[in-house]
Amino acid sequence: MTKEEYKEIYNQEWRKEIRKSVSPKERMAIPRVVMPTVPVEERIHSQRIEVNKGLSLEAAQLEAKRCLDCADPGCMKGCPVGMHIPTFIKNLERGNLLEAAKTAKSISALPAVCGRVCPQEKQCEAQCIYHLKLNKPAVSIGNIERFIADWERESGNAIIPEITEKNGIKIAIIGSGPSGLACAGDLAKLGYDVTVFEALHEIGGVLKYGIPEFCLPNYVVDAEIDNLKALGIKFVPNFVVGVTATIDELREEGFKAFYVATGAGVPKFMNIPGENYNGILSANEYLMRINLMDADDENADTPILTGKNVVVVGGGNTAIDAVRAAKRLGAERSIIVYRRSMDEMPARLEEIHHSQDEGIEFYNLANPIEYLADETGRVNKVRVQMMELGEPDESGRRRPVAIEGNIEEIDCSVVVVAIGVDPNPIIPNSVEGLKTSDWGTIEVDDEKHSSVDDIFAGGDIVRGAATVILAMGDGREAAANIDKKFKSEK
Amino acid sequence: MNKIVSKEQLSSCVYKLEIEAPIVAKAQKPGNFVILRIKEKGERVPFTIVESNPSKGTISIVIRNMGVTRTKLCNLNVGDEIKDILGPLGRRSEISNKGTFLACGNGIRIAALLPIARAMKEAGNKVITIISAKTKDLLILEDEMREISDEIHVLTEDGTHGEKGNFTDPMRKVIEKENIDYCMTIGPVDMMRDCAKVTKEYNIPTRASLYSIMVDGTGMCGACRVSVNGRTKFTCVDGPEFDAHAIDFDGLLLRIDGYRNEESKKLQHLK
Ligand SMILES: Cc1cc2nc3c(=O)[nH]c(=O)nc-3n(C[C@H](O)[C@H](O)[C@H](O)COP(=O)(O)OP(=O)(O)OC[C@H]3O[C@@H](n4cnc5c(N)ncnc54)[C@H](O)[C@@H]3O)c2cc1C
Ligand code: FES
Repeated sequence: MTKEEYKEIYNQEWRKEIRKSVSPKERMAIPRVVMPTVPVEERIHSQRIEVNKGLSLEAAQLEAKRCLDCADPGCMKGCPVGMHIPTFIKNLERGNLLEAAKTAKSISALPAVCGRVCPQEKQCEAQCIYHLKLNKPAVSIGNIERFIADWERESGNAIIPEITEKNGIKIAIIGSGPSGLACAGDLAKLGYDVTVFEALHEIGGVLKYGIPEFCLPNYVVDAEIDNLKALGIKFVPNFVVGVTATIDELREEGFKAFYVATGAGVPKFMNIPGENYNGILSANEYLMRINLMDADDENADTPILTGKNVVVVGGGNTAIDAVRAAKRLGAERSIIVYRRSMDEMPARLEEIHHSQDEGIEFYNLANPIEYLADETGRVNKVRVQMMELGEPDESGRRRPVAIEGNIEEIDCSVVVVAIGVDPNPIIPNSVEGLKTSDWGTIEVDDEKHSSVDDIFAGGDIVRGAATVILAMGDGREAAANIDKKFKSEK
Repeated sequence: MNKIVSKEQLSSCVYKLEIEAPIVAKAQKPGNFVILRIKEKGERVPFTIVESNPSKGTISIVIRNMGVTRTKLCNLNVGDEIKDILGPLGRRSEISNKGTFLACGNGIRIAALLPIARAMKEAGNKVITIISAKTKDLLILEDEMREISDEIHVLTEDGTHGEKGNFTDPMRKVIEKENIDYCMTIGPVDMMRDCAKVTKEYNIPTRASLYSIMVDGTGMCGACRVSVNGRTKFTCVDGPEFDAHAIDFDGLLLRIDGYRNEESKKLQHLK
């Protein structure tokens, strides 16, 4: 949106009125809303209880009132997809929830998801004037977004999208994570005949197999998938493109373009001695057993490893999700081992806070160097090299440096490795001429177009492990460019 | 949903199921496997594809009734349905005319050897087969293996069927007598380890087809990892076949029991 376009929306009569209705001083006097949560004792016995309960209408509107509706809003610049944040907030304030929901949906395909999982404290909320200039906590944008999207879903007033007349052009979306879903939705609305292929038995990508239900309940994702089904999109689970059928074979079946959104799902290991002992597993394995195969349910067939002490290696969202899952499976001590300090942890701040409330222990500035096992080959100790922070590295975070001779041991019977993931190699390996970077991501131009004419790509397979909002945004951009390609060919 | 179209009992504890899976049947090659999940809340478990019939749209798998999902599968009947089947997974076996091919199979995993041995025979190799098992009940598909072999040795450890003894004895005899160009070993981990030891002595290129605990089967979890030549590999996407002389069999032996306690608890529950 250009500045002029924003100015026009900003200067609509209703908007001016709502701005004037309360003085900035009054607005600034309102304290930031506190998200109500399920009490710790209740929530730490289940993987399936969402911690955040959501805001009431009154609370959400009061929080909306805090927003000063800046003429040049920083929050929109902080948002990777330029969400029209003040516009949905002011619509909420004036009580036009449907318009608020429409605004959010016009930019994000998944506002109920992003409201829950975006790292707002690093994006929109980091650029909020309250935070930047007023020395007060930012407007709670994520919680407002979530409220609006949940309201839309629960009110029965779901926005029915306009669909262009069907054009019969077959498009294949490969991977059903947020990027694939966003692309599929837009293309279906533009009249394309869309099929989504997914390797796993569940649709949703990381939203289903990775992020636990205590952060993002399945029903939120399923509601989005149902909406997409209602648009006529076909979903084919248990289908690995490149293996079950190649892209060439799909071309023969009449698919005219492909959007590759296969994610970065290959877990990294550290390649240190003892890492293949039993009891040491990737976060993907651990979370998939729970999220995808119900291992937390005693009546399910899937086994899961439990132990008195569970160590999770890493400091990102995945690590925090895994360590909280371990607590919920009954571990006495659930311990994060992370090589930098608390301040450098890339995980969402809210999740770190929730995990602290839940009694998660943090063993910071420690880096595993070796695992020890009992006579059955089951891990029983991790040896960690203690670290201190040195000079900042390329990421701007202070680099951890080993403190010579300072090595400690932690007793544990389960270790979950969550130190990162690599791009999924299946499509790059199976398509000739598809250009990839040295680290295996697919290379695309500004239009998400790969080196192969009918193949577009986006999300984590292009960016490496990134975020839901960026993956979603890529999917929407790719859809627009795929449409442009076919329109120009006409 | 994938319907079971036929069920055959191969021994007192081993069954063969033929299941509708048209897309998999069409794409399957020797060495491929599938991951299946019987029902909602089920686990995902890998099985080698023993046979496929693309025109009929079916694949066959062989199962021993042990473990939770395996026991449940054996209890299914013709007409029952399996919720999810994913495949064909894994790298296909390299099939070519190498000359004389030694096929070593043990126990229920003879089922995984059969499609490879058959393809090697069709590719023009002389096929010498040694199949063995602990006991008669675990020695399966003997007739099928005999049919595609130029020479076959059948043994059981307890002597309940065929010759009594260990498979390495006939193996050495065959190797002394014949010029073996290539060997494939498929069986329990300790059997493959022993087999690889012998072929290593004679410098015979040998592949072993591994089995391991799997979750996704597409390289996303690392449950199936194994050390080959000192480097961590994922059995599902890098395998299931590897150079038998480079595999860390001892590490693998520990890893395949990684969930034994948890599984036996579930099994008790089932009974
Ligand atoms: C545990 C965990 C927690 C996270 N928490 C957050 C968070 O709180 N906030 C946030 O913003 N981000 C979070 N992330 C990151 C975020 O989930 C990802 O950036 C995002 O999901 C990427 O979306 P995607 O659509 O590119 O890929 P994915 O969501 O990874 O989906 C890719 C899909 O493609 C499928 N696939 C792969 N290859 C094939 C093939 N050949 N054929 C068919 N299907 C295939 C895969 O099975 C998968 O389902 C988290 C990630 C994890 C793992
Ligand atoms: S089964 Fe998950 S990586 Fe092989």
